[in-house]
Amino acid sequence: MSSSPHGSSFASTEIIIEAGRPSANYWRDLWRYRELAGLLAWRDIKVRYKQAALGIAWAVIQPAVQTILLTFVFGKLAKMPDGGVPYPLIVLTGLLPWQLFTSAFSGAGNSLVGNSHLISKVYFPRLLVPLSALAVALVDFVVMLALALPVIVIFGQSPGWQLLLLPLFVALALLIAFGAGLWITALTVKFRDFRFITPFILQVGVFITPVGFRTDFLPNWRDLLALNPLSGVVDGMRWCLLGGRTDLYLPGLGVSIAVAFLLLASGIWYFRRTERQFADII
Amino acid sequence: MSLPAIEVSGLSKRYVIEHESRHDSLRDTLHHAARKVWRRARWGTGFEKEEFWALRDLSFTVEPGEIVGVIGRNGAGKSTLLKILSRITEPTAGRVALRGRVASLLEVGTGFHPDLTGRENIFLNGAILGMTRLEIRGKFDEIVAFAEIEQFIDTPVKRYSSGMYVRLAFAVAAHLEPEILIVDEVLAVGDAQFQRKCVGKIKDVTRGDGRTVLLVSHNIATVANLCSRVLWLERGRLRSFGPTEQAAEAYLRQFSPEHSLAFATAALPRDQRHMGGLTIVSVELNAGEPLVNREAVSARIHFKTSKALTDVSFGLGFANTDGTRLITVDSDFHLERRDLPAGCTGYVELRLASLDLGPGTYCLDTGARSGEATPLDYLPSFGVTEVHPRSGAPAGFAFLGGGVRASAQWHWVTL
Repeated sequence: MSSSPHGSSFASTEIIIEAGRPSANYWRDLWRYRELAGLLAWRDIKVRYKQAALGIAWAVIQPAVQTILLTFVFGKLAKMPDGGVPYPLIVLTGLLPWQLFTSAFSGAGNSLVGNSHLISKVYFPRLLVPLSALAVALVDFVVMLALALPVIVIFGQSPGWQLLLLPLFVALALLIAFGAGLWITALTVKFRDFRFITPFILQVGVFITPVGFRTDFLPNWRDLLALNPLSGVVDGMRWCLLGGRTDLYLPGLGVSIAVAFLLLASGIWYFRRTERQFADII
Repeated sequence: MSLPAIEVSGLSKRYVIEHESRHDSLRDTLHHAARKVWRRARWGTGFEKEEFWALRDLSFTVEPGEIVGVIGRNGAGKSTLLKILSRITEPTAGRVALRGRVASLLEVGTGFHPDLTGRENIFLNGAILGMTRLEIRGKFDEIVAFAEIEQFIDTPVKRYSSGMYVRLAFAVAAHLEPEILIVDEVLAVGDAQFQRKCVGKIKDVTRGDGRTVLLVSHNIATVANLCSRVLWLERGRLRSFGPTEQAAEAYLRQFSPEHSLAFATAALPRDQRHMGGLTIVSVELNAGEPLVNREAVSARIHFKTSKALTDVSFGLGFANTDGTRLITVDSDFHLERRDLPAGCTGYVELRLASLDLGPGTYCLDTGARSGEATPLDYLPSFGVTEVHPRSGAPAGFAFLGGGVRASAQWHWVTL
């Protein structure tokens, strides 16, 4: 018993269960259960890439088709300005952050209902579930990035020192997705039809986010677009990947950061407030 | 003296069922809210709310090292109690103190993923149950050996037979080392041999380090076999909490209050896994005549079916009061199995030429299955019955206790 690393620390534990008692140890528990968070993420990644051939193929085909489509719609039909950058690259560098957000947001949003069998049978801080969904999105992103970088070089663009700032924008995309995902997943437990909201947001989002066009040649629209917190992320990541050949719009980035923290704080607040009922209604 | 391991005081859990409202969707909720406002404005009342107390003012304490069984009919509050103790759901009122590391097993194989291998699932399930990776690694070989699945450890569990799956799941759980273990029904899985192994494992676990166990079971024989005290819940309240023998007998007797020769079994609690299109409705012993040692005995098992079934057989078992089976009578032991159509009712009758049980009290269990191993219905210890001494039996025979009394041909030689 005492040979196990946690045995001794658990041995002295006294757990008090009372009505309405906010569990004082919530954040400590979250840390203690970090291995479980890792394992849940690992499970999802493993299952996703188990059929390896199809999994990797899917990771290539989906963005490739989307790049071609959006290049056609925005570059050829709408004749959006490219500022000397090959249009497929504008789209590709927009799709990377967009896909990251999409998979993190929908993953976190579906996470509680998707793991309802765990929620009704074991105790652990529920925040782990949406949190581990982010890891899956991150792995998908890394795979896609590894495939996209050679394409960028083939098209004659070389990323510069700006690439070093990429992790910041990745973190920002994940924060926004997590904050919004917390709201959706907690609401979905109570109101199942909230799951229809996610695809709707994503369908609209791909057009009001500068995924298929660059904002620096649209001065009239730029401030309006910046109200969308993802604009700052997409602009920023495009700036990183194309070696500064597009502008970084700082006010837009400011909005992104502010909204990210607002969503995160309110998301955690709502999640924690409803968490104790999850097992009763899921 | 040390503090109790589990201390429960005034524990209550209320569920509110609001009539006229099954709002699973936001639209329904908005619609409902609008109607509620309308009704309030018009009649000054909202919709009726029905309160349902799953647990009401429950208090008890469990000392370290005790094994306590929790019994009660369906809806008595057993699962709610376990869910509160496992911190899955919150109580409405009251307080619980748990002293020590807690692990709860509300089902076997929580979080098993069909696409992952046995090895991967051991780590995943172990972490879900609260083990660290280091602990799991240290016990890995033991777990695999206990589950008897060595050669399939790298096969995805979706290819496992249900027996292998259950064995692996229980093996992980059995190697938890909590100070307080909360178990729900999980013993009702696997074949009889594996069940015995599990019971043995639980006994070892508790005997060793003075671990505290709270065990919920429909199977009164398992409870009797393992537990020192029994907590009996009835409609959310504590009916009794005392030594096992008393509770077990009282619990069994309530199902057959008049004379213990006819048993209505349709509404008895069952393990969900055994519900398979056939329900044993009642069991009648000896057409209402007392059972007498070494005399012929008959039993009728009444059933109804809800779907067409093939190769059906029935069985009846007599066990002593601590749950050890003494006599097993299976209809397919030397006779054929039969097919049954959907929606039929009927009974099977068995006759034993001589009941070779000594006078005493016995537990009964019955079941039906299809083919070799598909359980259709099973009622563990659905009742107790009395076997009486034969008139003319030697005086004192009645006090010698139960058990199988075999009659034999005796040949005497004196030299």
